[in-house]
Amino acid sequence: MGRYVVRRVLLALPALLGLVLLTFVLTRVIPADPAAMLAGDAATPAQIADIRSRYGLDQPLWRQAVTHVRQVLTGDLGSSIFTGRPVAEEIGFRLPATLELTFAALFLSVVLGIPLGLVAALDHNGPVDQIVRLLSVGGLAIAGFWLAIMLQLVFSMELDLLPLRGRIDIALGAPPAVTGLYLLDSLLALRLDMFGSALRHLVLPAVTLCLPGLASIARFTRSGVLETLQKDFVLYARAAGYSPFRLATIYVLRNAITVTVTQVGLLFGALISGAVAVEAIFDWPGLGTYAVQAILAADYKALLAVTLVVGVVYAVVNVLVDVAQALVDPRVAEQLK
Amino acid sequence: MSDMLASAPEAPSLMTVRDLAVHIRTDAGLARILDGVSFSLPPGGSLGIVGESGCGKSTLLRAILGILPKGALVPQGQVVFQGQDILKTPVRGRIGFIPQDPYLSLNPVFRAGDQLLEGMRNHAPGTRDDHRKKLIGLFHAVQLPEPQNALDKYPHQFSGGQRQRLLIAAALACDPDLVVADEPTTALDVTTQREILALLRGLTAERNMGLLFVTHDFGVLSAVCEDVAVLYAGRVAEYGPTGNVLADPRHPYTRMLLACHPDRATDLIGIPGTVPAATAQPPGCRFHPRCPISRPSCAVTVPEMARIFDGSRVACPYHADPLPEVALG
Repeated sequence: MGRYVVRRVLLALPALLGLVLLTFVLTRVIPADPAAMLAGDAATPAQIADIRSRYGLDQPLWRQAVTHVRQVLTGDLGSSIFTGRPVAEEIGFRLPATLELTFAALFLSVVLGIPLGLVAALDHNGPVDQIVRLLSVGGLAIAGFWLAIMLQLVFSMELDLLPLRGRIDIALGAPPAVTGLYLLDSLLALRLDMFGSALRHLVLPAVTLCLPGLASIARFTRSGVLETLQKDFVLYARAAGYSPFRLATIYVLRNAITVTVTQVGLLFGALISGAVAVEAIFDWPGLGTYAVQAILAADYKALLAVTLVVGVVYAVVNVLVDVAQALVDPRVAEQLK
Repeated sequence: MSDMLASAPEAPSLMTVRDLAVHIRTDAGLARILDGVSFSLPPGGSLGIVGESGCGKSTLLRAILGILPKGALVPQGQVVFQGQDILKTPVRGRIGFIPQDPYLSLNPVFRAGDQLLEGMRNHAPGTRDDHRKKLIGLFHAVQLPEPQNALDKYPHQFSGGQRQRLLIAAALACDPDLVVADEPTTALDVTTQREILALLRGLTAERNMGLLFVTHDFGVLSAVCEDVAVLYAGRVAEYGPTGNVLADPRHPYTRMLLACHPDRATDLIGIPGTVPAATAQPPGCRFHPRCPISRPSCAVTVPEMARIFDGSRVACPYHADPLPEVALG
């Protein structure tokens, strides 16, 4: 198992290097000239040339690439060509916000989706199954931005139960930064008032974001359980006297969720891209809103950094998913040998 | 058919199946999987159930084991095991089960021990440690390599033959009085098959356990079972001592089935037609559409099980008639 984890991490490294180079190439093929953008409409060719040399944009492409890789490896993501502030600093603040939101959504999808899929499968074609089917079709079909606005209208405007936007009550301010995740930091600082506020702010965006994932996890779990129930080993287990509850929850579910675990890895990418719209609507200060600003301003340094960070997070999540899969199914680790 | 037990002197019986019917509701209508099946097994005896795919062998086993699928009905009949109708009050732990396919019958994501100890956990007294010791002892008896570590391995770390040995050990683990085996060697290669069969017969005979052995292979049957019941489309066609039935089959179906066997047939011929769908069983004798000597009455009257000579019974009133040469190859 330990060797499997090491191998899996080593296999992720070339992918990450490829990611660094690819993001570099991508920013160089976009048609906008960043030097001209930065210099403004009224700039003279001499001013543009000056900016170009200051940012190293006049160097040969390969030299720029080498510089880029070296900088990235040392954690230097450059400064925003728009605000002049270091990009790494900005991302250091915004990444935890996005991670807090996506992990909350992922958590809801898994914790609700797996039991829903299980009860649907156990009631195959029965009323519970039909209700879950309706919910999961709905979850996939409803547009996130529409749902977000409806939730805001009902729970914030009408019922006044939950905050409309933001990460935490402005009067309270952010908890002292340790991880950047407000829920965790407020607990570390023993500030329950902050924890409560952060949690209340998290509910609506997380619910909005989790719905498609919840729906697909429920569907995958349902079909996984149905498929597993057909297996000979289930018949054998019944003969051995497994109680129906133990059979369904322990014996069958572990096989059934191998597909679900893979699904979680794929889902994470969808959550991050879905977060862009959700963050915009709930005014959530995450990577999504940052990326939108960067695109509108042709801030290629910021854009590059966002792409890179999302790519790294995605790679890390996939390594975790692979490890989780090996924990669920012992054959996975052996296949890599 | 029910008269056969009434007319027989009450021999001591481990298990007696009386007039058992199992029907399953399907979208295509009521599937009459088993209809009026009767046989009995003395303590320590061995009975083979033989028949083509779809004749109801597996459903019979599932009825005995109390694991019939959802939607299955038992409109009539009894399965009396040690004096108790187990269709009404299931007994667990006194009947061991060896499933058909050792590759598919173990869950790949759990250690062998987690699965094989479950039966004992549910049915046998003692602690988990006692159970482990007992099972490891049985692993020695079934000649499993490295019996000490076997419980902590995953199924894919064993070969097919080894997995079948694991399953045999598990079937014996609760000291059952009857072992029920569902074609336990079909997934294995021929040499492994012979070893496993010898092992199974040896272990059950040694412990005076009854053995109910389902197969479609007459070769396997003669090596393992004293008696045989030939099943056709959910009914017993012929029933008797294995030697008699194999040497002098009386039911046209048995005669043709034996003639199909590659070891015996001069030419490979089949039985024309197929086993009828369980939702569309023909009236009268269920074999009559495929039978070379069927008469008009066969399509109307359900044949009674008739005693022919010592210990053998056949469900065909014309069992003494010769079959046309061509049907026997």
